[in-house]
Amino acid sequence: MNQTTAHPAHLQHHFTDAHQQAESAKLGLWIFLLTEVLLFGGLFCFYAIYRSWNPDMFHNAHAFLNVWMGATNTVVLIVSSLTMALAIRSMQLGRRKHTIVFLSGTVFLACVFMVIKYFEYSHKIHLGQLPGKWYFFEGIAGTNPHIFFSAYFLMTGLHGFHVLGGIAVITWLIIKTSRGSFSPEYYTPIEMTGLYWHLVDLIWIFLFPLFYLIG
Amino acid sequence: MEHTIPEKHYLNEATGWKSWLMTLDHKRIGILYMIMVMFSFFLGGVFALLLRWELISPDKILMGPEMYNQAFSLHGIIMIFLFIIPSIPAILGNFVMPLMIGAKDVAFPRLNLASWYIYVIGFCFAVYALFTGGIDTGWTFYTPYSNETTTAVIPILTAAFVLGFSSIFTGLNFIVTIHKLRAPGMTWFQLPLFVWAIYATALIQVLATPVLGITLALLMLERVVGIGIFDPAMGGDPVLFQHFFWFYSHPAVYIMILPGMGIISELIATFSHRRIFGYKFIAFSSLGIAFTGFLVWGHHMFVSGQSDLAAVIFSFLTFFVGIPSGIKILNWMATMYKGSISLDTPMLWALSFLILFSIGGFTGIVLGTLSIDVHLHDTYFVVSHFHYVMVGGTVMAIFGGLHYWWPKIWGRMYNETLARIAVVLIFVGFNVTFFVQFIMGTQGMPRRYYTYLPQFQGMHGFSSIGALIMGVGFLLIGIYLIHAIFKGKPAGPNPWRALTMEWETPSPPRAGNFEGAQRLTHGPYDYDKVVPENALKQYKTL
Repeated sequence: MNQTTAHPAHLQHHFTDAHQQAESAKLGLWIFLLTEVLLFGGLFCFYAIYRSWNPDMFHNAHAFLNVWMGATNTVVLIVSSLTMALAIRSMQLGRRKHTIVFLSGTVFLACVFMVIKYFEYSHKIHLGQLPGKWYFFEGIAGTNPHIFFSAYFLMTGLHGFHVLGGIAVITWLIIKTSRGSFSPEYYTPIEMTGLYWHLVDLIWIFLFPLFYLIG
Repeated sequence: MEHTIPEKHYLNEATGWKSWLMTLDHKRIGILYMIMVMFSFFLGGVFALLLRWELISPDKILMGPEMYNQAFSLHGIIMIFLFIIPSIPAILGNFVMPLMIGAKDVAFPRLNLASWYIYVIGFCFAVYALFTGGIDTGWTFYTPYSNETTTAVIPILTAAFVLGFSSIFTGLNFIVTIHKLRAPGMTWFQLPLFVWAIYATALIQVLATPVLGITLALLMLERVVGIGIFDPAMGGDPVLFQHFFWFYSHPAVYIMILPGMGIISELIATFSHRRIFGYKFIAFSSLGIAFTGFLVWGHHMFVSGQSDLAAVIFSFLTFFVGIPSGIKILNWMATMYKGSISLDTPMLWALSFLILFSIGGFTGIVLGTLSIDVHLHDTYFVVSHFHYVMVGGTVMAIFGGLHYWWPKIWGRMYNETLARIAVVLIFVGFNVTFFVQFIMGTQGMPRRYYTYLPQFQGMHGFSSIGALIMGVGFLLIGIYLIHAIFKGKPAGPNPWRALTMEWETPSPPRAGNFEGAQRLTHGPYDYDKVVPENALKQYKTL
């Protein structure tokens, strides 16, 4: 083993080897994902309680969400998870250009998701289907329909912030990759971001049926 | 034997304020935390003394009802969020845990420093709230009042929210460190019990704190935007806030006590010079407490209108928490049995813990009993129980730990005589302050009032004298501990003849902790097999 592989630049002094460092990063990220699940867990709990109290209102209100836009976004995010996975695989094989293409594809799809979300949101804001005391839409039968839109905007909003965060991090990865910071020996940040991105995807896969497909 | 301070150590290997504010060394970060957390303790203590001053007489002395509400809220919020939750993990966990497992640092040193900065930001928000209208909701922020009061609710919620992230990052860092950075050959059952306790604590920090985060965020949104989730006027449910809040905050009391129990395990074994009794029971009871702690939050809500069935189940489950705690107490006593006990200062703190925490624990069982709690709810009995476990438990453990590891942290010894006087002052002062509060509580003295019926005058006055004694005690500790940093006698690497790995380093340790890779040569409590070297003095036997 030559000098460069024994002490690679990315190895921090307090780890004995690159394997230990990568394993630590992976465990750390899984724990971080666990905290994310619990963060969203509070909101899912909010949803479950108010839906069980007002099942009819939730059913009536959900009809005002656009299923096709939601379904398109679901497909968009699933495909973006695929491109993310392919980006990791490409770096494992040392294909830097492919990695950049797939990462860029992921960012593009994430932006498509946000644009569709923008159209959905602005339509709702226009109609007055807003959370809490801002709600002024008339035409949804049942008690307190504003609660449905509180849940809708909070949960998809928090999810949207996570998509934006993902876009920022993946853009940073594209820059790092084009500078040659990663190699088949060291691509931990790409792999970690991939795990995060899959969780963001997964949360949407729960949000979609809970809001758009009640019934 | 005379000891000297090593020429190069982590305190002087780099100099200048930048070397501190940009440090990635877990030991220095521990000290940064110590400065902030102990300042918070001082601040919360000042509020405590002001409260007890007001309560000397039923008339208004210092504060009317509004100011009193603010004072007890700030006392609670500062002590809980700024002092006791971060205290042991962030100070001693940071400093000692990597040394104990033979690691050069924690797994993510930059995240570790970031968590300190996040703590400082949270601290600033709390201070900002203090100067812009204060806060009068109590530390529990119950709705609907927290949604209506005109005090600085948003800044203080932001503070608690931000501090939560600091706590999560510390927990995450410690879990990974304990999993991945143990010295070669060190199995899970060779870990010192302090590490087990820190591990169990970290699990709660990671699993419960995000729920507090989202709860506080929802409350802020309720206040600012009006989302209707907790507001009954808009179809929301204020009791839901209590459920969310206690889902975090009950496990959080185990964030507060578990690391303290870890310290006690170390102290009892070291100062009894005896292999710890029931190692695995103590280790697993930490995890047991962490797990059970998630299932009992409803015992804070017996009179909130939750269903009777839920109340009965929560009451039943609450009794289960007593089992792992009891296991620990009995194992510590069994460790001391026939040990050669030396009554150095840290051991005096540990013995205080055993007595006070037992009282706090048993009164917890009393309060967990549904029918009795309905009577005692919101009385001084609850206040006293809480202080017996938190001050009688955790604070005794913190100061036991600080006295135990002070010579390791600074390389110098404090004045043993003054230290023993201080323990006695705190122990006596604490019992004078709080024992009468049990009696007042059973007689119906409600908590959170600046005034009271004349019949309680004697006991309230007595309690306030106790608070003054404690105040003097803590002041004394502050003086001799700081004095020891500069003028104390060099302590040597292992003044207590302990066997855990942090004592194999010089005092203070060097920046990278160990020369080369650390190897495990014996278990943490092998007092029957190994004679520790470098004793500061011949230990005394009882």
